[in-house]
Amino acid sequence: MELKSRIPSGPIEQRWERHRFEMKLVNPANKRKYNIIVVGSGLAGASASASLAELGYNVKCFCFQDSPRRAHSIAAQGGINAAKNYQNDGDSIYRLFYDTVKGGDFRARESNVYRLAQISLNIIDQCVAQGVPFAREYGGTLTNRSFGGAQVSRTFYARGQTGQQLLLGAYQALLRQVGAGNVKMFSRTEMLDLIVIDGKARGIVTRNLITGKIDLHLADAVVLGTGGYGNVFYLSTNAKGSNCTAIWRAYKRGAAFGNPCFTQIHPTCIPVTGDYQSKLTLMSESLRNDGRIWVPKKRGDTRPPHQIPEKERDYYLERKYPSFGNLVPRDVASRNAKAVCDEGRGVGSELGVYLDFADAIRRWGKQSIRERYGNLFDMYERIAGENPYEVPMRIYPAIHYTMGGLWVDYNLMTTIPGLYAIGEANFSDHGANRLGASALMQGLADGYFILPYTIGDYLASTKLETVDASHSAVRDAETGVARQTNRLLEIRGKRTAASFHRELGRLLWDECGMSRNKPGLKKALQRIPELREEFWKNVNVLGSGEELNQALENAGRVADFLEFGGLMCLDALHRNESCGGHFREEHQTPDGEALRDDTHFSYVAAWEYAGPGKAPALNKEPLIFEYVHPAQRSYK
Amino acid sequence: MKLTLHIWRQKNPNHVGRMVLYEHNKVNRHMSFLEMLDVLNEELIAKGEDPIAFDHDCREGICGSCGFMINGVAHGPQRGTTVCQLHMRHFKDGDVLYLEPWRARAFPVVKDLVVDRSAFDRIITSGGFISVPTGNAPDGNAIPVPKRNADLAMDAATCIGCGACVAACPNAAAALFTGAKITHLGLLPQGQPERYQRVLNLVVQVKQELFGSCTNIGECEAVCPKEIKLEVIARMNRDYLRASWVQRGDALRNEE
Repeated sequence: MELKSRIPSGPIEQRWERHRFEMKLVNPANKRKYNIIVVGSGLAGASASASLAELGYNVKCFCFQDSPRRAHSIAAQGGINAAKNYQNDGDSIYRLFYDTVKGGDFRARESNVYRLAQISLNIIDQCVAQGVPFAREYGGTLTNRSFGGAQVSRTFYARGQTGQQLLLGAYQALLRQVGAGNVKMFSRTEMLDLIVIDGKARGIVTRNLITGKIDLHLADAVVLGTGGYGNVFYLSTNAKGSNCTAIWRAYKRGAAFGNPCFTQIHPTCIPVTGDYQSKLTLMSESLRNDGRIWVPKKRGDTRPPHQIPEKERDYYLERKYPSFGNLVPRDVASRNAKAVCDEGRGVGSELGVYLDFADAIRRWGKQSIRERYGNLFDMYERIAGENPYEVPMRIYPAIHYTMGGLWVDYNLMTTIPGLYAIGEANFSDHGANRLGASALMQGLADGYFILPYTIGDYLASTKLETVDASHSAVRDAETGVARQTNRLLEIRGKRTAASFHRELGRLLWDECGMSRNKPGLKKALQRIPELREEFWKNVNVLGSGEELNQALENAGRVADFLEFGGLMCLDALHRNESCGGHFREEHQTPDGEALRDDTHFSYVAAWEYAGPGKAPALNKEPLIFEYVHPAQRSYK
Repeated sequence: MKLTLHIWRQKNPNHVGRMVLYEHNKVNRHMSFLEMLDVLNEELIAKGEDPIAFDHDCREGICGSCGFMINGVAHGPQRGTTVCQLHMRHFKDGDVLYLEPWRARAFPVVKDLVVDRSAFDRIITSGGFISVPTGNAPDGNAIPVPKRNADLAMDAATCIGCGACVAACPNAAAALFTGAKITHLGLLPQGQPERYQRVLNLVVQVKQELFGSCTNIGECEAVCPKEIKLEVIARMNRDYLRASWVQRGDALRNEE
């Protein structure tokens, strides 16, 4: 497989503009002759659907939820970055670009990141015009806050619900186009396969989740905005329905998968309480501004926190990183929490550390803390049943975001011509570690301002034959989907799909989670096929395929996670270095920090499906840094 | 702890549903309400019985997927809380709970506790937006927005579209949902050009979806997980009244 990244040449600040000029255009009168399928209705999918429809294309948009407004982008709390420099604090496009490349631990493409930083300006304007109620100053201007990994205030926010408000803006733009007849919306519909004809993406096979009907949708281009694969770990901060099925099926049809081992762990989540736990809840990173993180010095200390005197507490982040203290980046904070818990000094169910606000409350008073974090404290109390004004919070890291995804070129096209991946679904611009408030930015940049141009170039320069449902590739995909559905329903074994998912998640969390090593990854790679085999012999899915059957939907997604998990471990095993969220225990500095190997691993790993039971082929896209020179990150 | 659950079971929209009794002995007080149902479902599957269908996704109280009645109260007894964020510590050992889907003509039951809320999407489609195609925006700071308006717009914009307001309303009205969108967009300068046409379009659509009329009872406000205030309805009514006079011709055309 040849990876053509199509990165324009020339000075970085002119690349996108020149590329836009050089791309072919579709005549306005001809746009309505093209059909485009968009799968997913989150920030990327909804913004792309709306923008493509505004241009005049015929769009079909699909989501598995009952309404496009419920896509998981809605759960993002903190904010969205933009290099507006409204605070006059020295921010610029170049600085946002620089911070993002460095934050990604030098495993992202410079050209893409620069374009993202340029477009960040337009995103804020567009969202304001749509009526997104961003926080404002008394004079009526937009306000900002600062976020991890940056020394300027460039994060725009709408209380703790920025993702919700941005998504509602995109959703409303999408529904405006539905009303205008330019988009046909298919809710409660799941994509189960991709149709590839003559090497080009020409449609999808879907299942209507209410009636169970398998349908075909043919088109001239297919766009996947189906989010990340964090739920492969079972417990994550993702929504329960988030899954990798669409991108996995695309991979099996020939789309290369980029950097699957790059997963992000968020340090401040509410810890697990029992086996019944269905998901993890994130507490905004902003809490680390005032909270102090500690564990008892003694192992197995079960005293309640207020009975542990000051001198028997270990404020380990302040001790190890005196200059950044509790504000070290996400990956560093997460790994240290794991380390102290592995030493047997964890609190609560042993997998937790304290996030203590007692000092902050003493210094500024309860009222002031309530004003800053009131909603988060309420949320914590609702879930954990403890009052964080009185008792320190217990927190633990959890899987939160996946930087890996389908490999795409500068035009966001995968290795299958006509198949695009946008938002978290692509391997994208975040390298090995994403900075806070950058996911929303990337999803909207892809959907509003990149894909609408690049897809036109493909359509204008490609000869697309007329295809119909009688084509053998179409029949093939359709019968394949029906066969898998029936197979799942016929097994009637002893275990639920959820129990397999929990076991897979536990295995991956232990061996391919916050830190990874060769023997552990090998063990996982041996165990996953066994688990997959047992799944196909012993899973129990009741009911039929011709009705709303949530257990069947879930079983299909778990089947794909059982395959994907293997690829993730394989990638983690092959990447014999530590970088960003990928921490290989064999590669660390004497202080326990991630140690990159730029000589051997400064590339994107793009995995290519080779057929059932065969090892996937590794393709490498070298990363070239012309502007930001790789250096060791230090937060001491 | 142990619970006695009476849960509405209905195979599909054409079947007649009924309450079915379940004794649940494996309830842990730290579970969320939906996790309690997950455990029950795992047991049902093990016994070869059809698990209970309910909508859910984020389980953080923001996506608006989940929601059903617990002893006649939408989202259950805790104020300002969706059912996914309601934890079992608010219940006692031996409690008897009745779980039913949202009941409204505009929200037909799909299966068990799952209802069809697509009427809400159609209300937004009829005009719950600001018409600004991608690329048409002026600079974000070009139009200042008074902080108070931005804050009030945000209060209304926090609606998650769960449908609890409709379920709690004796008239099954969608006034809180619709009023929240009218208020959110109507308070911002960007929303002014379409303000009056918007309210006319939305109100007409609400009628066509067969939601009831608002009689200012206030049950909606009491159950709203985002605690959206009744004043959004007053604002909608004010705008509607004004729009009806100002753009009477348009209103008549829309109602035909």
